[in-house]
Amino acid sequence: MSAALFFIASAGAIAGAVGVVLLRDPFYSVLALVVHLVCLAVLFLLLRAEFVAAVQVVVYAGAVMVLYVFVVAYVGGEGDRFETGRLPERPRGPGPAGSRARLGGAALGGALLLELLIALLGTGLKGISGLGAGYSPGPRTFGTPAYIGELLLTRFLLVFEVASFLLLIAAVGAVVLARRRGGIDEADSREAQGAIGLAPPRGVGTMAEGVGRAPAPTQARAEDVLEARGRGPRGSLRHPLP
Amino acid sequence: MSIAWYLAVSAIVFTLGAIGVVARRNPLVILLCLELMLNGANLALIAFSRLWGNGDGQIMALVVMTVAACEVCIGLGMIVAIHRRRLPIDVDELRELQG
Repeated sequence: MSAALFFIASAGAIAGAVGVVLLRDPFYSVLALVVHLVCLAVLFLLLRAEFVAAVQVVVYAGAVMVLYVFVVAYVGGEGDRFETGRLPERPRGPGPAGSRARLGGAALGGALLLELLIALLGTGLKGISGLGAGYSPGPRTFGTPAYIGELLLTRFLLVFEVASFLLLIAAVGAVVLARRRGGIDEADSREAQGAIGLAPPRGVGTMAEGVGRAPAPTQARAEDVLEARGRGPRGSLRHPLP
Repeated sequence: MSIAWYLAVSAIVFTLGAIGVVARRNPLVILLCLELMLNGANLALIAFSRLWGNGDGQIMALVVMTVAACEVCIGLGMIVAIHRRRLPIDVDELRELQG
């Protein structure tokens, strides 16, 4: 049973990785990475790392991949929609540089795989041909949330705090990197309002109306708005409940 | 399954990620391939953690996930900034920092 599960999950993980590298559309690459991550979580479960498997699915396949999907949707495909006249048109398909990079990548990958397999499987460790250390199921045994939490808050407390600080720095850095510089220009804002319908209707009491930048609604208009909501001028229900 | 099988899978995933980092040109896909490499390392860490029956490798894997999340955060922020400046999303074209 565990052997069958291992082969299914590892085949899925490797297929997902191949998909990430080979698929042309970045969106499909992201979806292939989701498949890869879920299969890897199954492998973690087989290795009795229950908490890490759960974190893998929730944090990686959930949060990080959603971030990727949003950025791919925002930025678009292979960059072919961004001819702004600044750069000459690129020829379609891999040029000589692309094929050279592919050849170099394959050569490097072969050498790296050979080296890694020699390093990992040719090691003198006797244990790697076994199933690992003894394992007895229980509420606080190896790999459970209680076990990981105890380790994180005792032996690895400093690591835990440094990781949280790193996350804070990354959040600040992302905000600094991705913010708009110099405000929204006119065309952009009009386009965004037209597309998403962000423009507020008049007479809803925005701050711009309060300082007189937008024409304040007349009394009749305000009453229209209130009537449209089914209320009287002073906010009373037109049709009171029985 | 013996631990060696898991190590072989982790080596293959790491290699595929490295190939992707070298061969692809879209920075989004390069970030995805970096994730692949980190995941290959994670699988090896957890396999060795199982081998010794010790939780340290799992803590290390969690730290690697944290670092990966930070890297994704910063990398995607940079890609959005590049997109805002109407530059092409292609690592061959973005060579302003090249010597």
